[in-house]
Amino acid sequence: MSETTPILRMSGISKSFPGVKALQEVHFEVARGEIHALVGENGAGKSTLMKILTGAYRPDSGQIAWHGRPVTIASPSDSQTLGISMIHQELSLLPYLTVGQNIFLGREPQGRLPGFINWQALYAQAQELLERLSLDVKPRAEARELSIAQQQMVEVAKALSLQADLIAMDEPTSSLTDVETEVLFTMMRALKAQGVAIVFISHRLEEVFEITDRVTVLRDGRHIDTRPTSDLTRDKIVELMVGRELGNIYPYHPTEQRDLVLEVSDLCDGRELKNVSFQLHGGEILGIAGLIGAGRTALAETLFGIRPATGGHIKLAGQPSKIRSPKQAIQHGLGFVPEDRKQQGLFLNMAVRENITMSGMGLVTNAGFVDNKKANGLAQKFVEKLDVRTPNLRQNIRNLSGGNQQKVIIARWLTLSPRILILDEPTRGVDVGAKAEIHALMRQLAEQGVGVLMISSELPEVLGVSDRILVMHEGRITGELSRDEATQDQIMVAATGGVENVVK
Amino acid sequence: MAAQTSQFRDYLRRYGLMLSFLLLCLALTLLSDRFLTVNNMVNVLRQSTINGIIAIGMTYVILTAGIDLSVGAILALSAVVTADMLQGGTAVPLAILIGLGIGGAMGLINGLIITKAHVPPFVATLGMMTIARGLTLTYTEGRPITGLPDGFRALGTGSVGPVPVPILLAAATFIIGYILLTRTALGQFIFAIGNNPTAARFAGISVNRTITFVYVLAGALSALAGMILIARLDSAQPTAGTAYEFDAIAAVVVGGTSFAGGQGGLGGTLVGVLIIAVLNNGLNLLNVSSFYQPVVTGVVIAVALLLHRALR
Repeated sequence: MSETTPILRMSGISKSFPGVKALQEVHFEVARGEIHALVGENGAGKSTLMKILTGAYRPDSGQIAWHGRPVTIASPSDSQTLGISMIHQELSLLPYLTVGQNIFLGREPQGRLPGFINWQALYAQAQELLERLSLDVKPRAEARELSIAQQQMVEVAKALSLQADLIAMDEPTSSLTDVETEVLFTMMRALKAQGVAIVFISHRLEEVFEITDRVTVLRDGRHIDTRPTSDLTRDKIVELMVGRELGNIYPYHPTEQRDLVLEVSDLCDGRELKNVSFQLHGGEILGIAGLIGAGRTALAETLFGIRPATGGHIKLAGQPSKIRSPKQAIQHGLGFVPEDRKQQGLFLNMAVRENITMSGMGLVTNAGFVDNKKANGLAQKFVEKLDVRTPNLRQNIRNLSGGNQQKVIIARWLTLSPRILILDEPTRGVDVGAKAEIHALMRQLAEQGVGVLMISSELPEVLGVSDRILVMHEGRITGELSRDEATQDQIMVAATGGVENVVK
Repeated sequence: MAAQTSQFRDYLRRYGLMLSFLLLCLALTLLSDRFLTVNNMVNVLRQSTINGIIAIGMTYVILTAGIDLSVGAILALSAVVTADMLQGGTAVPLAILIGLGIGGAMGLINGLIITKAHVPPFVATLGMMTIARGLTLTYTEGRPITGLPDGFRALGTGSVGPVPVPILLAAATFIIGYILLTRTALGQFIFAIGNNPTAARFAGISVNRTITFVYVLAGALSALAGMILIARLDSAQPTAGTAYEFDAIAAVVVGGTSFAGGQGGLGGTLVGVLIIAVLNNGLNLLNVSSFYQPVVTGVVIAVALLLHRALR
């Protein structure tokens, strides 16, 4: 094996999921001792590619060569055996086990008797690993006592203990402070000097420039380009990331804007939101763009009373509001279509009718008793209005397609005639047809004077549907763009922390 | 063919429980000529009233994906306090109301601990079980309270026409409970919370209040069951109701209500209560040793669960 053989070569990798081509003929190479950035929009295929590398998914086609030799990675343990480790965005340490136990979980050094653990050896080896990373953490400390950054480092120690030659890190800095990030980078450089290759997935382009040697850009499941980082500029990367053309699937008719329905000033939640201020008019669709973790969902949940605000003011139609629960939010004319349909929206073992009428029970009950005629009438009205494809109202919601389930949740809010409707990723996992219907419906609501707040990670959707666009980055609003001036590039720059478009 | 199989499964899912119950009755009728008599039927119903009433509250609780281990102990505490007040000359209706109030109040504490302090229902009600049992023993100094006024004893021993009062009370409770669960917004909220508490909160349902309500209901119904028990025995034992929670849970589970919440209902619980009661009655009629009876009951519960799982 020559020095120039890449440690990893993935070629012609394709992977489809029902209805989606997640990866098409993707080529990806990593050299020994290299820090290689993997960038792309949400849904570009980065995670799928890494899941194939670590054995969580099998590719439909394509080859993987490891140190120049073809290999089959059929399971996570296969990839571990080869020396490939993945550090996920969500940390996976077990909080009540010690650092040492976490590092050697499932691979504890054996004592003299079979089945017994040699604790002395375990903690000694853990200590050695931690020292190698210059990490000031005691091996006997419980994982929950550590800061997020320290937990991240322990994950790295765990990867090293597996004799990893390649460590893939998925957004390792997303929950770190600047100082902690620097510590992580120092460690990454030390690993690199020891010959370990690192795949670095990050939405923060400044970090890509700071730490990586090469950049691979994915877009819509395809490999777009791989170049030395030094040959690239921030704008060039953004262009490569979003370079697709906008189809004409978003017919746009502006609506007449009416009075302010929502004014938010300096809203904070003590965790993710930092002094968010904006206004929403009736008759307007306000798009909120940003990357995952930018605080968009936190904003929606704070407005809807799901999580408490710790600072700032919210005015509804000019009146100061003190919304503390979803119930109060609904009473004030808000509706919220949450991001995760299954976990947060649907009652999966219940019928279409119950799923539609659940928030508007007051409309279909007399003195608390459900009036079947009224309930059926109301549900039927919205099933027809939104063209929900269901054999009947008694159908279990589980049996409907994603698009129709989403329409049912939207219908639930429409029964209440909200003045403000917040939709978080309204078309995620929804087929193209239903997607267009949902977009048309949002426009129709705007025409009726509803203020529509749409969070979306899909740039063409944000650009195609919104009257105005806010961009969030790390809990702040980093850009406000009118429909006419907004471009994908501008949004991506603001969403990755660029400063060119600070509120105009 | 496949369609037929699926239809058959659907049919089994809907009527399988009822069918098993009828088969059990048929078998016992063939095995013992004393089983299918008016006297024995009334006897079975009367014996199932206490478990039945407790199981109604337990169904509500389990539908919210909760559990209430304290029902037996709450039954005992409210029973001894009521008995004591009756002996002290308190008017019968007032004593009953206070007894029911104690049950409801204990349930309220359960509900608040679960919703406000976020203690898992299993742990919260386990604690309440121990506390209520301890309070009962303290209150009675471990001695039974015997000799209750006739007006009160009618709850357990009286009858309206040919129908014993306990059966009437249980039937009324069942009907009210059934209507509440199937015809009201509250009932819908209980199913919604059991299905998906997050979605329920996001949909504007008062999740905490609804959960608290089901524990209050479970507590009050345990107290009602306690009234019937002491009225029948003319005595309030401090150890009354021991392990009743398990009979109630068994009936609910045999009735097909899912421990995961959100699926099931009172119709199944009714059949579950009757299956357990008929089974015990049949085993007695067949002179099966009382040492073996719990074994048989346990096997029936396990088989019922396996069937529910297979058909789901």
